[in-house]
Amino acid sequence: MNSPTPQFVPSRLGIYEPIHQIGIWGENFKSNGNPNTSTSVIVEVDNKLENESETTSHEMLTASNNYEQEASKPIDKIQRRLAQNREAARKSRLRKKAYVQQLENSRLKLIQLEQELQRARQQGLYMGGVLEGSHIGFSGTVNSGIAAFEMEYGRWVDVQHRQICELRTALNVHISDIELRILVESGIGHYFELFRMKSTVAKADVFYVISGVWKTSAERFFSWIGGFRPSELLKVLVPQLDPLTEQQILEVCNLKQSCQQAEDALSQGMEKLQETVSSTVAGGPVDEVSYIPQVATAMEKLEALVSFVNQADHLRQETLQQMSRILTTRQAARGLLALGEYFHRLRALSTLWATRPPEPSLP
Amino acid sequence: MDKVMRLTTERGVVLFSKSSCCLCYAVKILFQELGVTPTIHEIDQDPEGREMERALMRLGCKAPVPAVFIGGKLVGSTNEVMSLHLGGGLIPLLRPYQAFC
Repeated sequence: MNSPTPQFVPSRLGIYEPIHQIGIWGENFKSNGNPNTSTSVIVEVDNKLENESETTSHEMLTASNNYEQEASKPIDKIQRRLAQNREAARKSRLRKKAYVQQLENSRLKLIQLEQELQRARQQGLYMGGVLEGSHIGFSGTVNSGIAAFEMEYGRWVDVQHRQICELRTALNVHISDIELRILVESGIGHYFELFRMKSTVAKADVFYVISGVWKTSAERFFSWIGGFRPSELLKVLVPQLDPLTEQQILEVCNLKQSCQQAEDALSQGMEKLQETVSSTVAGGPVDEVSYIPQVATAMEKLEALVSFVNQADHLRQETLQQMSRILTTRQAARGLLALGEYFHRLRALSTLWATRPPEPSLP
Repeated sequence: MDKVMRLTTERGVVLFSKSSCCLCYAVKILFQELGVTPTIHEIDQDPEGREMERALMRLGCKAPVPAVFIGGKLVGSTNEVMSLHLGGGLIPLLRPYQAFC
């Protein structure tokens, strides 16, 4: 406490306390017939900064020393007041430091949020439409299902990216088949994890899954019943798998055909569902005010949409599983790398497209 | 249930469906593509439909429709049919009943 700490804080926050203290001291001194000292002390506080504090404290001590012959009580009081002063000034400085720190953190958070918003805008051109009618208006449970999925999916993409890099390294380094098998199983399991996640969120809001708003724009362009087309998957994989044995070529060919047939069947089922819902909603006389019966019936029919999304994901899963069965470990690893890289490039395409320079307006 | 048991043991491909079910429609399309004409029982149009539904579920179908039987044996619902087809196991089962024009 006896260090040469400035008695009077140069900042605005603390300045009033010492003045107040000095004011009191001033009264004391005035009543003891020494007005000059007190006034000069106040002036010091007003104009000077820390370097002057020693002078002032010296003056104050001088002033207090002048009255030594007075009872020791006033000196104690003064000492105590000085100490309180220093303490108050110190606390004030700490508060200011904490406040500035908080401002800095908020500033950083703001920059982060702005960046996230920018990213979200690039990814979700449909976001406005979805937010209007969809999960914002619904109960908390639906909202939280989607929020949970979005967080999980963000993590899923990060893990996917890491796995792709691991596969690429592993294939270049020629690790053992057993180690490669572990990576392959992990990669396939990761896709299965996505299908599980989608199944959960589809129960919360099937339109959310089908709209593909959770994916980037280029991925959405290729969307089929809430995800990628299994036949598309095969088209991307197969060229990367050479050389294939005769047996493998035959099996892949059969898989391509059965996959296409299953896809066609589901597509036509979806069309039928659209027709059914449409005719249900449009049905009944339009000059009646109440449309509740039509809309209620349509609601029932729409529940089938969840089944279709599940079936489509099941088809994706089966396609991956069959390929894993047909291929060797090394081929499967190359296949997973090709597939992951393909989606990664689609995401990059989405970002590039979103940030392309605006077209110059024609004169 | 007698009716369901009798119907499932019919020769060929038997499909239990509901006329309003679009997933059943998808399965019908698939069989069509594979050159098979299944015997279709629309249980929503059957007076004993409710009972049939219960019987099908007791036989092991998670969803009562679509339920596919080939040669008297239960194949399953959409999931099982798709898995079987992608695995290459559906066409051999259907071969005796395939008819391509």
